[in-house]
Amino acid sequence: MHAPNTSQKDRAVLALQNVEARPGVSKPDPIIVADNVVRQFGGLTAVNVEHVEIQRGAITALIGPNGAGKTTFFNLLTGFDKPNSGNWTFNGVELAGVAPHKVARMGMVRTFQLTKALFRLSVMDNMRLGAKNQIGEGILRSLLPFFWRNQEAQITARAEELLQRFKLDAKKDDFAAALSGGQRKLLEMARALMVEPELVMLDEPMAGVNPALTQSLLEHIKDLREQGMTVLFVEHDMDMVRDISDWVIVMAEGKVVAEGPPNSVMSNPAVIDAYLGAHHDLTLEED
Amino acid sequence: MDFLFIFQQAISAAIGVNAIIYALAAIGLNLHFGYTGLLNFGQAGFLAVGAYTVAVLVVSFEVSIWLAFLAGIGMSILLALILGIPTLRLRADYLAIVTIAAAEIIRQVARSVTLREYFGGSDGITGKFGADFFALNPFKAGLDTPILRFTPNDLWVVLVGWVLVALFVVLTWAIVRSPWGRVIKAIREDEDAVRSLGKSVYLYKMQSLILGGVIGSFAGFVYAISRQSVQPDNYSTALTFFAYTVLILGGAARVLGPVVGSIIFWFLLVFVEQILRQAVANDLIPDWLLNPNQVGQIRFILVGLGLMLLMIYRPQGIFGDKKELALNARA
Ligand SMILES: Nc1ncnc2c1ncn2[C@@H]1O[C@H](COP(=O)(O)OP(=O)(O)O)[C@@H](O)[C@H]1O
Ligand SMILES: [Mg+2]
Repeated sequence: MHAPNTSQKDRAVLALQNVEARPGVSKPDPIIVADNVVRQFGGLTAVNVEHVEIQRGAITALIGPNGAGKTTFFNLLTGFDKPNSGNWTFNGVELAGVAPHKVARMGMVRTFQLTKALFRLSVMDNMRLGAKNQIGEGILRSLLPFFWRNQEAQITARAEELLQRFKLDAKKDDFAAALSGGQRKLLEMARALMVEPELVMLDEPMAGVNPALTQSLLEHIKDLREQGMTVLFVEHDMDMVRDISDWVIVMAEGKVVAEGPPNSVMSNPAVIDAYLGAHHDLTLEED
Repeated sequence: MDFLFIFQQAISAAIGVNAIIYALAAIGLNLHFGYTGLLNFGQAGFLAVGAYTVAVLVVSFEVSIWLAFLAGIGMSILLALILGIPTLRLRADYLAIVTIAAAEIIRQVARSVTLREYFGGSDGITGKFGADFFALNPFKAGLDTPILRFTPNDLWVVLVGWVLVALFVVLTWAIVRSPWGRVIKAIREDEDAVRSLGKSVYLYKMQSLILGGVIGSFAGFVYAISRQSVQPDNYSTALTFFAYTVLILGGAARVLGPVVGSIIFWFLLVFVEQILRQAVANDLIPDWLLNPNQVGQIRFILVGLGLMLLMIYRPQGIFGDKKELALNARA
């Protein structure tokens, strides 16, 4: 674990301190810029985001009641779903219509709300799969271990390091199916890091995680920022959102209804409205 | 009852040409279904394309058989592309529907009256198209032992056939333990997870479909050469389902599963058939219960029953790992 050096956090806070708390506001250094992204399912408009920017190097929380369209927005940004209209850029590169695996290769890697551990692969193989540019993944060279053995050893070493950091190293030879729900979340996050992403998008990383593990998960997420990554995550637990995020974006009924630093956004009437309007049982009051 | 004869027949079948054909077909299916999770229900189509390409090219166009084999491989690659391009981006069941239909189309085209000139209609193609292959036969005498009997030509086919099986087993072993194999196994578990990690799922599925299809075409070569004829109805959907039976019997996603499955399947099928035939001939089973003409069907019923029991008590197949199978049930 890194020392509690908060330089990246300080930088993120500094960069965002003069940004106005209003939906669709421009950020000083956005890694993602999305415009007019609309996704309809039949008559239902699941996502209708006019404009949103995600600040580079910061931890941004995406919150909102169930059915607000957060997961759908994730799916759209990462190419897993196609919008009815809209466009968005990652590092200035137009991404609309780009296949999901290409999005991942560009450095934008997501996890899933419903964990996708690869059950009948070992924990270690789950991890190794994440590494990019593997020589042995070519069908012809795969038959000649001579070509890929060294790279495989390097990948394995990197995977061991990450597994240790996520306290999964004791499980590395088990099938991923043998892990608990919380451990699968950890594995999925660690596996995403094997891709060496610039932007990590986590869809409800804490859901179903044993409370004993959540604190370390939070530390891992903060750690990503310290390593220079940008984090966008969906979360319901407001205490956690307050604890780790530098910026909060609130969605309701497909739209971005509020944005701002964590403390101010939670007292925003539009936000309270969004949650109460959806009869959501989340606690919004400060602790 | 002549048990020596029964065993001789059963063992001949277990290591004979049919066992080789089904082992090869199932090795291809193992890549598709066992490792990649692709539901290919048209493996018979790949065998048919291999067998017919060789027969047509050698008989009608007098092409050398070695070139004809190459052409057969090429045609099976083409078939995999035709099947895969429209379906591999879609949900898994589309491949199943398209492959089962395509294999039937191939069979119907082969037996059509219009194309009789090339494919010989429902009679197929018979001729000495294996002559170049048999010219290399080093066996002057056949095998004639109490347990095993083969003609010189059968011996040559069986030898080459098992060498092919061994080669493809080694190929499977090498490729599934490589990073490529890791990707296809991951696709079997969850395609979207694989996409989210930057791999082109479509590309890997296509490669798997092609490789397993080419192995299937080798089963077709063995089928055609061993019989010196190709007949459309040999390549019906039943062939595909027996190949699946063989695969699941031996254990899917096990390197040796298809081979062991095929040997056991053919041993049992012939063993049961011979027992019944002798029992009927010796009046151990009365004629009103079973007559000789019914034995061929009854053996499938009995073997099917045995397979059901196997699936109940050993659902992972002979080689499979029960723990691993249970993981399928999405804990
Ligand atoms: N594949 C789909 N088909 C139809 N409706 C969908 C689909 N996916 C999501 N929806 C609907 O879109 C809305 C937004 O869902 P989602 O993005 O999962 O919300 P969140 O992640 O914020 O809880 C919901 O009303 C949901 O029922
Ligand atoms: Mg969601």
